[in-house]
Amino acid sequence: MAVWLTDGQYRIVQAVCARLIPTDQDPGATEAGVVDYIDGLLGAFSFDPPRIWAGGPFSGRTGGDGAFASFHRLGPLDELAWRTRIEGSRGLPEREWNGPVRGLQEIYAEGLDRLGADFADAGGDEQDRRLRADEEFTRQVYGHACEGMYGAPEYGGNRAGLGWAYIGFEGDVQPRGYSDEEVSGP
Amino acid sequence: MTARDFDAIIVGSGPGGSTAADVLTAAGWSVVVFEKGRNHLIDTGDPTRLSTDFSNDEIKFMIRHFLGPDPLLEPRTFRREESDGDRTHVGEVNNVASTVGGGGPHADGKVPRFREDDFRMLSEWGPVEGASVADWPIGYEDLEPAYAEAERLIGVAGEAGANPFAAPRSGPYPMPPGPPMYGALITSDAAERHGWHPYPAPTAVNSVPYDDRPACNNCGFCAFFGCPIHAKGDPVASLRRALLTGRAELRPETFVSRIMVRDGRATGVEYRGPDGQARTETAGHVIVAAGGMETPRLLLLSGLEHPMIGRNLMFHLQTYVMGALPVRVHGHKGRSVTHVHDDFVVPDAASLAAAREAGLPWFKGGMVEHAGPAHPILEAKLAPWGPGHKDAMRRSQMREHLWGFCMQGEDLPQPSNRVDLDPSVRDVRGVPALRVTYRPHAHEQAASAYYGPMMEDCLRTAGAEWALTYAAPGAFDPVPMSRHVAGTARMGTDPAHSVCDPWGRLHDVPNVVVADSSLFPTGAGYGPTLTLVALAIRNMGALAPHRGG
Repeated sequence: MAVWLTDGQYRIVQAVCARLIPTDQDPGATEAGVVDYIDGLLGAFSFDPPRIWAGGPFSGRTGGDGAFASFHRLGPLDELAWRTRIEGSRGLPEREWNGPVRGLQEIYAEGLDRLGADFADAGGDEQDRRLRADEEFTRQVYGHACEGMYGAPEYGGNRAGLGWAYIGFEGDVQPRGYSDEEVSGP
Repeated sequence: MTARDFDAIIVGSGPGGSTAADVLTAAGWSVVVFEKGRNHLIDTGDPTRLSTDFSNDEIKFMIRHFLGPDPLLEPRTFRREESDGDRTHVGEVNNVASTVGGGGPHADGKVPRFREDDFRMLSEWGPVEGASVADWPIGYEDLEPAYAEAERLIGVAGEAGANPFAAPRSGPYPMPPGPPMYGALITSDAAERHGWHPYPAPTAVNSVPYDDRPACNNCGFCAFFGCPIHAKGDPVASLRRALLTGRAELRPETFVSRIMVRDGRATGVEYRGPDGQARTETAGHVIVAAGGMETPRLLLLSGLEHPMIGRNLMFHLQTYVMGALPVRVHGHKGRSVTHVHDDFVVPDAASLAAAREAGLPWFKGGMVEHAGPAHPILEAKLAPWGPGHKDAMRRSQMREHLWGFCMQGEDLPQPSNRVDLDPSVRDVRGVPALRVTYRPHAHEQAASAYYGPMMEDCLRTAGAEWALTYAAPGAFDPVPMSRHVAGTARMGTDPAHSVCDPWGRLHDVPNVVVADSSLFPTGAGYGPTLTLVALAIRNMGALAPHRGG
């Protein structure tokens, strides 16, 4: 169930991410739910507190309480910054202290339009052609896809740690940490 | 004299401001610490409790500006020189964390001392054309007791005697070194074969329980991350002591916009708290510890007119030499940097000859850190998208195999390198943003060009299949990123050529005292933290008997 993306947009983002971080013998963006990370970022203010900064100090994955899922409250300036970054300045004077700011929501809505409503059903080569034709937008989505593939699962992507598992990265390890032998040995 | 709110207002809660708060409250002063960033470090209601906000979270710390400043809220601007026009870049310019504790929580805690000649560069090495090389008004011997005290207060792990180039010490480090990282053992061995002298990095990270804080458990989320278990000797130690006296108040999310000055004396500050309302607070002294870039900004916003304010801005010219080692070095296990060497800090006959060939009387490099990148989002963003992505991530040429050196190249002071106020870009509060005008001197570029290939050779000795060198700031990315900033309110005896006197007091407004690396006349090839803390211990100790102003 998408938070901010429409069903059609959700399918396109999912198809884009599948081209950017494909599935092969290991899980890719599709299995890791990268689209949900991106949808969660675009819709961060649908939650209270907004899903901007996961909590701390521990996730519970190697001990301690699982506090990452309790997102931080934002102060007034942080909320202003992140609303401006995500929603855009929309002509609101309090968001335009240095002029208008395009928001991620607008960037995605327009970028997905350019990729075409039929993107998800196009062939792989055609999908790649459209992605290469829109390099700036593709770069932006790819950056988010990397965050969603290899960031903490509490942000919506990296489902079950699939992104970490296939590259042999253990993710957050507090409070367990690593032993001196693990640090100094091969 | 009218009643004052506090004996001192301290602007900034980083290593300098926290040290000032500690020294002054111990001497009976009442202080308020204003910090523009948020508080993720300590419970102000019960300072024995440390915050739980830090975490092993690459998104939160590396991408979403958790420690601040958010470049959208507080943009800085950059140009290489005046002929570039008003600016060529708006956004992040060498940002250091803006949070309670300042740069402390984000740093990985390497805290070397400077050497004796770092305090007398002009008399030891001589002038360089285009640079304002100067002696410090104090020597290493003046600062040694404060260095020792600083190491004890913040808790430093290291091995006395391991670095043959180190200045004399009055005693051992408070803690032994922590466990060496695997990659650093490989490059240390190669460095020794090249005749260099790697040693355990002096590190403000607990190797054993210290000061009621636990030993580091090597989680690997060190540089740029706050420590979830508070094993880092960030300013939490000094801030906690200051708060526990009951004479210190900490006010986060509070931006000081102006020091109020009347008849050559500061009377207090104007500030805006979390509610955005402008207010004032009065005090007998104002301690400015906002960092090498925000400190000159505040002095300029206050209308102070000394022509040297903001000038002689120094960073480090960082020379990264990286290569692919055949083994997996797992740079994500350990405390970011465990080994360094100082051989390039000390000119020798060969480097002096190379300097002369480059048209310079001499050059110095800097401390060399042995390290590699550690985190997967960073690696992924540099990997290709498409069919090659997964293979690139599985092979992990960067996160698992890339290892090498970062030389913190000494940056010579130049009056034309400066911080001033941008003519039109504003922060979210409507206050002028700071603007950096900066280009490296031939000195640091020549040193980088000389030492870079030597480090590449060493990496091949260590087994690297290939190695490459990248110096920053460079032609492709002129915006500095060293996080080391100094020199913008330099101290000296001559009021015409320095902003502050040898005790950190503004020549023009002596009850305003600078307590950060803005004071440094020269920058050395070492990170600034321990030296600025030692200076604050010395200068605040001298100020403490003069509470009345």
